[in-house]
Amino acid sequence: MNTNPKFVYSTLIATTPEKLWAALTDPEFTAQYWGGTRLESDWTAGSRIVFRWQGKIVHDDTILKCEPPRLLSYTFHPLHMEELRSEPPSRVTFEIEEFKGQSTRQGPVVKLTVTHEDFPADSKIFPMISNGWPDILSSLKTLLETGRAIEFAKGT
Amino acid sequence: MNLDRFKPKTVYVTYIATTPDKVWQALTTGDLTSQFFFGRRIEIELQPGGTFRFWQPDGTLDVEGKVVECDPPRKLSVTWRVMWMEEMRKLPECLVTYQIDDLGKVVRLTMTEAHQIDLDDRMLEGGRRGWPVILNNLKTLLETGQPMPEFDFMSGAKTAIEEMKQAAREQTGGG
Repeated sequence: MNTNPKFVYSTLIATTPEKLWAALTDPEFTAQYWGGTRLESDWTAGSRIVFRWQGKIVHDDTILKCEPPRLLSYTFHPLHMEELRSEPPSRVTFEIEEFKGQSTRQGPVVKLTVTHEDFPADSKIFPMISNGWPDILSSLKTLLETGRAIEFAKGT
Repeated sequence: MNLDRFKPKTVYVTYIATTPDKVWQALTTGDLTSQFFFGRRIEIELQPGGTFRFWQPDGTLDVEGKVVECDPPRKLSVTWRVMWMEEMRKLPECLVTYQIDDLGKVVRLTMTEAHQIDLDDRMLEGGRRGWPVILNNLKTLLETGQPMPEFDFMSGAKTAIEEMKQAAREQTGGG
């Protein structure tokens, strides 16, 4: 039996796949809902992707799949803490599915499913991302639906 | 009631820019649940041992149970028996718990679906698909004043529902 942990989380957002894609890949957007983290890449499979936080590179990763506006996948390797740096990179995938609204006056609803896997069995990162994704994705939804991200009092 | 036999199988966490009182009110008021819970109206006696039901828009009984824990506006726990599907009615009830944590400008809502028997993934699939729709709709309702646009959820879930019924028949020894 496979005991390696895997995280799956879905959120539904009243927006279009294109706007959600922009929110996942535009550093001006990510900084708003991801605690100031800017994601920088040319968004092509095989390219480098870095997470920049307060000017420092905190992740240095590789884009695995990039099919706008439906599928995005990259390696995930936090660098900012020594105990996390030694863990091998995991992999996160974003899948976007569109549901047409039943009324023509209303827009679509998109389902975003985040799957984070390839962790070692005793991963220290897994419990952190399990807490982190619902927080980040809740704020992303609020930003897209209201124009303002959630203000979390706690640190990110 | 011995709750130890209920094992958590599905957990969903969402953060909502609102107050614990508003989350509590939305989860326990029929006129509000009908806006975010697939049109279902809740009827609930807010005390331990109190009755709890969900009604479908056409008046069909949807879910039935009892209040196990009621600590407004922090925690609500109810037993939960799915009544609208004959196959599911025969199964032992599950336990649904809402935990509401006040984080200042935001509320963390944690829904836990716990089961007292081993269920295979086909039967857990209903909750795993349904809860994100319900709780994201609740979040949108509280943050914007309106639920998300209605969309056709059921046709995409048809195969999963048939598999869930089949799994329930196998579990209860029916053909």
